Amino acid sequence: MLMLMKVKLALVAGALAAPVLTSVLTSAPAHDPDLTLRLSSVTFSYRAAGDFSRNGKPVAGPLRDVRLAADLVIMESLVTAGEYAACADDGACPRVPLPDALDVPIVGVSWHDASAYAAWISQRTGVMYRLPTDEEWTLAAAEKARDEVLPLVDPADPAQAWIARYEAESARSRPNEAAPRPIGTFGTNSNGLLDIGGNVWEWTNSCFIRASLDDGRERITNTNCGVRVVEGAHRTYMTDFIRDPKSGGCATGIPPTNLGFRLVVEPSPSVVSGLARNVTKLLRRT
Amino acid sequence: MLTRRTALMGVAIAALIMTAPAFAGPPDDLKLPRERVDLVAPPFVHSHEQATTAGPKILEFKLTIQEKQVVIDDAGTKFWSMTYNGSMPGPMMVLHEGDYMELTLVNPETNSMPHNIDLHAATGGLGGGALTKVNPGEQAVLRWKATRPGVFIYHCAPEGMIPWHVVSGMHGTVMVLPRDGLKDGEGNKLHYDKVFYIGENDLYVPKDDNGKYKTYETLGESYADTTEVMRKLIPTHEVFEGRVGALTGKNALTAKVGETVLIVHSEANRDTRPHLIGGHGDYVWETGKFNNPPQKDLETWLVRGGSAGAALYTFREPGVYAYVNHNLIEAVELGATAHIKVDGKWNDDLMKQVSPPGPIPPDKVGAAEPMAVTR
Repeated sequence: MLMLMKVKLALVAGALAAPVLTSVLTSAPAHDPDLTLRLSSVTFSYRAAGDFSRNGKPVAGPLRDVRLAADLVIMESLVTAGEYAACADDGACPRVPLPDALDVPIVGVSWHDASAYAAWISQRTGVMYRLPTDEEWTLAAAEKARDEVLPLVDPADPAQAWIARYEAESARSRPNEAAPRPIGTFGTNSNGLLDIGGNVWEWTNSCFIRASLDDGRERITNTNCGVRVVEGAHRTYMTDFIRDPKSGGCATGIPPTNLGFRLVVEPSPSVVSGLARNVTKLLRRT
Repeated sequence: MLTRRTALMGVAIAALIMTAPAFAGPPDDLKLPRERVDLVAPPFVHSHEQATTAGPKILEFKLTIQEKQVVIDDAGTKFWSMTYNGSMPGPMMVLHEGDYMELTLVNPETNSMPHNIDLHAATGGLGGGALTKVNPGEQAVLRWKATRPGVFIYHCAPEGMIPWHVVSGMHGTVMVLPRDGLKDGEGNKLHYDKVFYIGENDLYVPKDDNGKYKTYETLGESYADTTEVMRKLIPTHEVFEGRVGALTGKNALTAKVGETVLIVHSEANRDTRPHLIGGHGDYVWETGKFNNPPQKDLETWLVRGGSAGAALYTFREPGVYAYVNHNLIEAVELGATAHIKVDGKWNDDLMKQVSPPGPIPPDKVGAAEPMAVTR
């Protein structure tokens, strides 16, 4: 099963970036931004994100067994308002409205804001942070990742599936509390990650794709990186500059309550050597 | 000698004598059959005949005023509403031309404010407003004759604070049907299977210095700030049935292919422009008055602030329809959206997806670079 290990990655990088690190730690609020978890790479079930069709008819995204190339190092908690504020104060992140208490996840941020934060924190710590891919997020979310297959539209009678989809989307429960809650309010998952599937949805780096599955082969016919996969209590797709998701007009269903993010760490040299070990193990097995 | 005590007794007895007839019911000078109507909250309407061969009647309605705090959006924004019968809008009341409405307006003592009712369908007495001013703990009975067929709004009209009461929810619609029912303008009868009553409401909720909506302990405390927002004429919410999402999702309206729906739309304060996305108005009384021939095949129609309009539509294609105020900013950003789920068999003749979304052929303008990604 998953080998779980709490690592303070910043400490690993400390030798390189000690002066910067000190300033980060002193300016940071109670929650430690650098607390990451290392999840060992295992095979897990993943439903591909995007729109899929076979012979011109919509089909569910293929369900595959996936294995990441390396262990995943991911933040235990969502980036907080206080952490984001430090980036904004540095002029590196766009200013967004902040709550009174800064120990809650930052929300009301776009994919661009989240990416700006990742670049800033990477520079400050010397550790390469970025948004997770949808596959990475799914591995980390474990039992909290929802495999929600919505009814598929039959081109011969689009209305049936359309109504069924509308009803499925309408039936999603809405979090009781819309305002972001202190870190940990929504519990811990089996990997030790906090607040997965609470009232904050998380940006991923994965682009929206449209793909055909004809002849048993997946062919991506369109990639739109202006729209990214967003994960949480349900999976959805959001235009990258959106900060405040909503439905209305023709849009149906219950939108994400809030948009926030957590980051993963790009494999560092020591991680890469671990990866090499894993690859060797994998090769031996196959 | 007249003591203070006996004087008070005298007043009390006089009051009893004066109010005695009220307990016995109002004098029935008309000698017409009476019918008591039980009201139904919007978007639905109490059962009624579309056409009638019977003679005129007195229809008895009762509206009980409720001041109460309600939630008006998904963010949980709290708002002090004033309502007829507890709903925003108040219930639709239906009668026929030539009938009389006998309306009992009740202002329970639990309320904090005087109220009344101005019925646009009624003639004289400021639409009844002059004769129905009731303080908390009082009620009044008004009888008026329905002389003009159409859909007409009613609203509260207390001196000095009319707009505040109206935009706080005190409005609804009366539908006066022609005795022989609706016609298409060429003498042919029109029939509906159901009525959807959409009451649109512009709301003006004050914000604090941080841009958050303010809440108030009492209705009265919200008055000054709310008036200030109202005077800027830009609503913070524009809603159907009192809140964002009142008629979407689990609360979506339903119909079937082949069914004919009469959509009555009122806005007591501000212009709105209803549009059925994916459908039309087969017959539309834009100004809501049935002695005028209906317009046909409309895409969008204007309901003037302070009026109600009516649109008749037969669904031809199944699916989810959005019924919106086609100022789309008000529909999507402020809340003026309803959804109608329509069951039935898809008609390829009316619409067919010839080719699903896919890549532009390589030799055509706008095509992507010819490098299909495979994985």
